[in-house]
Amino acid sequence: MTAVADETPRARTLALEVPDWPGHRAGQHVDIRLTAEDGYRAERAYSLASAPGEPPAITVERLEDGEVSPYLVDVVREGDVFEVRGPVGGYFVWGPESGGPLLLVAGGSGVVPLRSMLRHRRLSGSDVPARLVYSSRTLEDVIYRDELAVSEPGLEVVVTLTRDRPAGWTGRTGRVGAELLAEVAWPAADAPLAFVCGPTSFVEAVAAGLVELGYDPARVKTERFGATGGR
Amino acid sequence: MPISRDFRGRRRREADPVRLPPGQYFTDDFPVLSAGPTPHTPFEEWTFSVVSSGERKSWTWDELRALPGETVTVDIHCVTRWSKLDTTWEGVSVDTLLDGVEHDAAYVLAFCDGGYTTNLPLEDVSGGKAWIAYGYDGEPLDPEHGGPARLLVPHLYFWKSAKWVRGLELRDDDEPGFWETYGYHMYGDPWQEQRYSGD
Amino acid sequence: MEPLDGNALAGLLRDVFGAETTGAATVCGHCGARSVVAESVVYVGGPGAVARCRSCRGLLAVFVEVRGVTCVDLRGLERLGD
Repeated sequence: MTAVADETPRARTLALEVPDWPGHRAGQHVDIRLTAEDGYRAERAYSLASAPGEPPAITVERLEDGEVSPYLVDVVREGDVFEVRGPVGGYFVWGPESGGPLLLVAGGSGVVPLRSMLRHRRLSGSDVPARLVYSSRTLEDVIYRDELAVSEPGLEVVVTLTRDRPAGWTGRTGRVGAELLAEVAWPAADAPLAFVCGPTSFVEAVAAGLVELGYDPARVKTERFGATGGR
Repeated sequence: MPISRDFRGRRRREADPVRLPPGQYFTDDFPVLSAGPTPHTPFEEWTFSVVSSGERKSWTWDELRALPGETVTVDIHCVTRWSKLDTTWEGVSVDTLLDGVEHDAAYVLAFCDGGYTTNLPLEDVSGGKAWIAYGYDGEPLDPEHGGPARLLVPHLYFWKSAKWVRGLELRDDDEPGFWETYGYHMYGDPWQEQRYSGD
Repeated sequence: MEPLDGNALAGLLRDVFGAETTGAATVCGHCGARSVVAESVVYVGGPGAVARCRSCRGLLAVFVEVRGVTCVDLRGLERLGD
């Protein structure tokens, strides 16, 4: 672990130095394994937050009853070492060669692999049109908020808050449901490529919603993070 | 293999270490671990059966609940290393269900909604060591934790306490159940740390 | 606990098969549904990892690690890969 950066009160990005890192694709993840002194082991998967070509970095959000995430967010510091397996994942990946238009739908920490895709899009100078729909409980939990606020040609970002309505917030509120999708998703006729990531119930509802809109199920790729957003 | 500095896993509560089998840690949580979706058999269709050499004795849900029940407080130990102390369950002793069943079986195979199975010596589900539990902590057993009823065999690793149990098949042979088939221990005594076959 | 999907098995599958497997085609041995590994319903955290068909929830595969050796049971899959 070479550097830590706080993203939100609950999320932190950890920059990793991995010997013989082969480079990764946008959307891939690594499996992190922690070993306690008594030999107890815990393993979790975390999506790579950085773009291909950048050093590996993961963003971890602390789950209240988590076993691994509180350790990675609150305890880990520069110089700490742990076991990493990866990068892995060949299905939930995007590169400019995959085309678009690209629809990225994130629930909570599901934004992490999608941010890798957007960084990759920018760094490779791709002109594939892209839209990110990002559902967060509160404004302060929006990860990469400043980065996502920077306007980029061909990219639209829609953030919706499901629990918060902060003073002065002119953005959307409410869940990513049929209504919001009908409004912001690319029309099915454009043959868009969609990536949906977040808690399991979020992913299932959104994926079903996109198929209802006429999206080709084979072009709606999903990655489920489990009930509370972690894996 | 690098040790992760200061990693301790879930918060450990302090308790009398003599109650902790080797390799376990205490937890106040009650983790939900499953191999499949939570079944939802309607009560009107639910039955519990004891099957032996072609004979089948069954109880409906109402019949099972009408049997004399017990409340027991036991420690439970999961093979994934967590142990939870003083858990309180309500259920029917397996002795009550085996009472009057003619057999000379030495083993049982518990079978469940969803297809899960686990094997045990008959001796380990009798003599006051096992229950068909339908209540936990004073409430009806949550479906996530095996409700409406699960097998409860606290002296063995908790994968033997089969969730969503629907019956016991009495057998002459020790047929490996679901996890046992893949290498988990046929008996599973936490005090001898019998997690895997050969331990 | 909500189940995950086949993406969560990416690392394990790569170790077992020596290749990226989450995008591999699957045919369910119970209902015949065609999908990909990544879309299977995955249960982890217990004694082993279980992958089930998203259509019928039939058992596709079980992975259990015992003393550093991974036991792989694919009998619920009529086909894996092309």
